[in-house]
Amino acid sequence: MSTTERRPAEPGRGADRGERAVDAPGAMPRRERPSKRLYWMWHDTMVIAERGLRQTTRIPELLVFATVQSAMFVLLFRYVFGGAIHVGKGISYVNYLMAGIFVQTVAFGATAGTGIGLADDLQKGLVDRFRSLPMSRMAVLLGRTLADLARNGLTVIVMLLVGLAVGFRPEGSPLGWLAAVGLMLILSFSFSWVGAAIGLAVRNPEAVQAAGLIWLFPLTFASSAFVPIATMPSWLRVFAENQPITKLVDAVRAWALGQPVGSTAWIALAWCLGILAVAMPLAVRFYRRAATLK
Amino acid sequence: MSALDVAGPAILAEGLRKRFGETKALAGLDLQVEAGTVLGLLGPNGAGKTTAVRILTTLVVPDRGRAQVAGIDVMRNPEGVRARIGLTGQYAAVDEFLTGQENLEMFGRLYRLPRRRARVRADELLERFDLAGAASRVVKTYSGGMRRRLDLAASLIVSPPVLFLDEPTTGLDPRSRLGMWELIEELVAQGTTLLLTTQYLDEADRLADRIAVIDSGRVIAEGTSDELKRRVGGERIELTVARHGSLEHAREVLSRHAPQGEAVHIEERARRVSAPAEGRARGLADVVRELDAAGVELDDLSLRRPTLDDVFLTLTGHEAEADAGEQEL
Repeated sequence: MSTTERRPAEPGRGADRGERAVDAPGAMPRRERPSKRLYWMWHDTMVIAERGLRQTTRIPELLVFATVQSAMFVLLFRYVFGGAIHVGKGISYVNYLMAGIFVQTVAFGATAGTGIGLADDLQKGLVDRFRSLPMSRMAVLLGRTLADLARNGLTVIVMLLVGLAVGFRPEGSPLGWLAAVGLMLILSFSFSWVGAAIGLAVRNPEAVQAAGLIWLFPLTFASSAFVPIATMPSWLRVFAENQPITKLVDAVRAWALGQPVGSTAWIALAWCLGILAVAMPLAVRFYRRAATLK
Repeated sequence: MSALDVAGPAILAEGLRKRFGETKALAGLDLQVEAGTVLGLLGPNGAGKTTAVRILTTLVVPDRGRAQVAGIDVMRNPEGVRARIGLTGQYAAVDEFLTGQENLEMFGRLYRLPRRRARVRADELLERFDLAGAASRVVKTYSGGMRRRLDLAASLIVSPPVLFLDEPTTGLDPRSRLGMWELIEELVAQGTTLLLTTQYLDEADRLADRIAVIDSGRVIAEGTSDELKRRVGGERIELTVARHGSLEHAREVLSRHAPQGEAVHIEERARRVSAPAEGRARGLADVVRELDAAGVELDDLSLRRPTLDDVFLTLTGHEAEADAGEQEL
């Protein structure tokens, strides 16, 4: 090699030449005050969230597909299976069904939306670009999960309209409804982070679509979403009674129909926060190590 | 474009090592790029070019070694480095579902420009990169060349003093490639320090001040394009005669002009004769005159300098291959 050896400049030299001390080589890494870091994290998060919302308007297929699929479920259960399912307690099946539809729509929408979106960013090299920018690293994940939250809120509204069209007549109080919507948004947020972890680990949008969502099927079907748990064999009942989707569906259903909720809501909330507490650090960890594959 | 505020090289790498499982991506890489110059990092797929760029742009932490960019330690202050570099990777890393304008504004705001300044800067760059007409179109509708230009524009939002381009023209058609080269040359003329990886020898030849040839994770040769070519040997006169019968005449003429003891190389089937040239253009003129006098008719005649292909072949023992299917580390 025929390069001439030149030593990196000493800290003192920059000052002699009238340069900014901050940029002088060898200067201590610049540390921002925590409040300032938090401000920039929020700023960057909003920029990324804005991008996510714009994407949603540019790919209406995604939104349409998500709602059409859920609408099919509504029609299927309301008109095909519903007649054979007895939920008792003087509740019509369509009133029973809709809480299950809401929770299922949000759980799938959040996991799939965030997971596929991030895997796509990874594959297209966008994650590399974001990671090479002087921006908050958390913002890429937080911005996307928040944008997905807004999108999921929209699908729930559409599902509510579909439900009303096929005879859904909820009698819950406005306050109860507010609580139900709040719980579903928390559900959306925590399942988005599960999706983020899956998307960043699997790294391929098609694979996320194919394999990353499989586990949601037993979770939503072996629950109180579509049928009363009492009709299940006892071994399955143990699982169904104690898994998060059942708790979420039960709480949303009770609030929507104006029934006593009891401790179910707290258990459901605890599940969401617990899932979030595991998925969030995992997703952040995967993001840090994320490398784009060719 | 802002000049570097530091004395010393704009990019410095010392003894970088990186392993991915069993694969040794870098095996002690040393690099030095002076401010305002262009280093071409040339090597086949899997040589370690991309890993080197990923370490220098803070995306990957090396197992061992030290690196500085714009005078800032890459491992100790990655955020400081990120504020001073632009990176354009192998794919156009822009959001397909946003418009060109929205993409640049988003990146501008992530570089922490205020919203209005981000917009003005986006307009400037779109204009300069000949994308103003497509500014409000979704990137999905852009051609490959347009995407690359937008991608390059995105790395220039804050006029970074140090720019990394990882195979900027791979997969582009010849015209778009030429366009990219011209844009890159403009940037360099304004004082940007550039590290460019490429597997195209002509690209390194055209854009780079110095070239580092890398193979199996380390630099095996470094110098200007001319220096590297000189290592392989000087210029050669190469001529193709019109008829097989004139091959012997041509050989005689060339051997008279070749340096002492140098052999004349004959390829019978191609009717091609070549020999090391002495005295450059004047030698060539003499050869032409003598061939003409001897009545030798020529199909082709050239004074050929060794290409970087020759350099690569000589240095590594294998040709520079552009096998895009291989996994790049």
